Amino acid sequence: MTKKMFWAVFSLLIAGLMAGSAFAAEAIKIGALLSVSGPASFLGEPERNTAVMMVDEINKAGGVKGRKLDLVVYDTQGDATKAVQAANKLIKDDKVVAIIGDSTTGNTMAVIPVVEKAEIPLISCAAGFKITDPVKKWVFKTAQNDALAVQRIFDHMKKQKISKVAIITVSDGFGASGREQLVLHAKKFDIQIISDETYAPKDTDMTAQLTKIRGSEAQAIVCWGTNPGPAIVARNVKQLGITIPLYMSHGVSSKRFIELAGDASEGIILPSGRVIVAAQLPKTDPQRKSLLNYVENYRKRFKVEGDHFGGHAWDAVMLLKGAIERGADSPATIRDQLEKTEKFAGIGGIFNYSPQDHAGLTSEAFVLVQIKQKNWTLVK
Amino acid sequence: MDSSRQLIQYILSGLYNGAIYALIGFGFAIIHNATGIINFAQGEFVMLGGMLTIFFLAVLNLPLLPSIILAILFSTVAGVAFERLAIRPLKNAKPLIMVIITIGASILIRGIVMVVGGKNTHAVPAFSGNDPLYIAGATIMPQHLWIFAITILIIIANRIFFNFSITGKAMRACAYNSQAASLVGIDVKTMVLISFVISSAIGSMAGIIIAPLTMTSYDVGIMLGLKGFCAVIIGGMSSGLGTVMGGLILGLLESLGAGYISASYKDAIAFIMLLLILFIRPEGLFSKKETERV
Repeated sequence: MTKKMFWAVFSLLIAGLMAGSAFAAEAIKIGALLSVSGPASFLGEPERNTAVMMVDEINKAGGVKGRKLDLVVYDTQGDATKAVQAANKLIKDDKVVAIIGDSTTGNTMAVIPVVEKAEIPLISCAAGFKITDPVKKWVFKTAQNDALAVQRIFDHMKKQKISKVAIITVSDGFGASGREQLVLHAKKFDIQIISDETYAPKDTDMTAQLTKIRGSEAQAIVCWGTNPGPAIVARNVKQLGITIPLYMSHGVSSKRFIELAGDASEGIILPSGRVIVAAQLPKTDPQRKSLLNYVENYRKRFKVEGDHFGGHAWDAVMLLKGAIERGADSPATIRDQLEKTEKFAGIGGIFNYSPQDHAGLTSEAFVLVQIKQKNWTLVK
Repeated sequence: MDSSRQLIQYILSGLYNGAIYALIGFGFAIIHNATGIINFAQGEFVMLGGMLTIFFLAVLNLPLLPSIILAILFSTVAGVAFERLAIRPLKNAKPLIMVIITIGASILIRGIVMVVGGKNTHAVPAFSGNDPLYIAGATIMPQHLWIFAITILIIIANRIFFNFSITGKAMRACAYNSQAASLVGIDVKTMVLISFVISSAIGSMAGIIIAPLTMTSYDVGIMLGLKGFCAVIIGGMSSGLGTVMGGLILGLLESLGAGYISASYKDAIAFIMLLLILFIRPEGLFSKKETERV
């Protein structure tokens, strides 16, 4: 044989082998849009860490149905414009079959038209009610509804015989959604909202609003926002000598809030997923095992505790895994299988999706915790 | 209910926020008076004060006072570096170009801090505890007293420096007419350098004393810098009482507006004031009108 022929055959052989091996283990490409840096980094960073950790675990165990998962993560920095750009990139360039994210309600709402047009399923890690109400064919979410959080808070207040409440909410997507839910559900629990204040996400002083609240007949305050605003609210409450109970939203269920608020965090009550009090749960709780597992593995790999927010990404990845295990591998089939998810015991709660319900959780997904001596304690 | 108590609370809030704006405004005024340019990177020195204190406290585990002193020192060094590298080489550039350079520098400083320090918000311990104090039915924190005390000290120091020391008077001379000043033997370049040293020191100090209340992150400089700029425009570009009054007025209007009208418009109030002043009385409320002798 001439040298030329030898090389031709050789390269054909190599190409054939490569094509063969590629064929055998074609990876499933999933995209993730997470706000890893920026104002929502306390959401996006644990979510990204968790997603990466879970995908690595799945791949180490041989992948799903023999196929590895290929996770492409883009940092949207809590910015809706960047989120839309990244979504387009994931769909057109990376050709993903499903997308996890975004971490914030605002970003998720911005991305929804993009995924609907491209017909790619989206599993959001954000909590806004509007994301899955009304139900959108291609959109699911894993974070608990703010409606459920509100119900938990009002339920506790009713037991404490609190009927006049002041609310102070942040003027972004999360806060506005929370405020809507607070106003909507108040009557059902015989609660009157007598003061309705707002603050901007970057505000550094809320004493004006709280002074107004202090002068009113409110018996409790509900603050709805994400760090650092609520930490400043907590500090201002202490500064103004306000002694009525202070409730917060699940937006602050991370150790970061306690760090920022310091001593002012004592006694604050908030709804949260079970993960932050995993060790205090009764042994009969169906989520206890996976929760403790998650907290341990996260701590081993990232040196800090796994928290409520990282849990949203855990749920999203495992839900996708479940859908793929049931035989789905294209965007449309993944969507269909996701919709059929039943009794999935995740970090955020027990998920049951259906064609009418793409949020999947009930108010049981939340527990009420109180901050005592800079630590979480379960409120019975 | 307790409307007089509420009013006093708003006024106190307005005053301590206003004191901070005044301190930041000094930075703008001093540099403007010595060089004729507006240093839009002033807000970043405020940010550096807070962030560097966190660095020394948390990373190097130094006690509070040395951390503060080192933070002010390093911010001042940053100010000197900025002057040497960005301002001095462009001796006779047009003011517009200088403004753009300072904006560029502010983005650079912000970017460096973001990359090195991360985007998280950090809490700084208060200087003397967290228990509120009661004054006439309203409450303030001990930290607010520190703000007032330090602001007053700096005002007094400024007065003494600019009116009773040779260097201070020389800087004022540069502000009036830099050519004439150099003709009588004043080294204008050194005066410019000193103005940056003073401004960055005051700016970083402002950042440090407010950090325990507002928490600090890489981007607090933007809003604070702009509000300080508003204060100095409202009060007139003086390095004395005018700026202080400007800052206090801004703080009070913000606080009262947030309390009685709506908290959502707090920032809008500052900028509406700025626009009104620029339209109606651009030299500020407390400056004499400038006339040029032809």
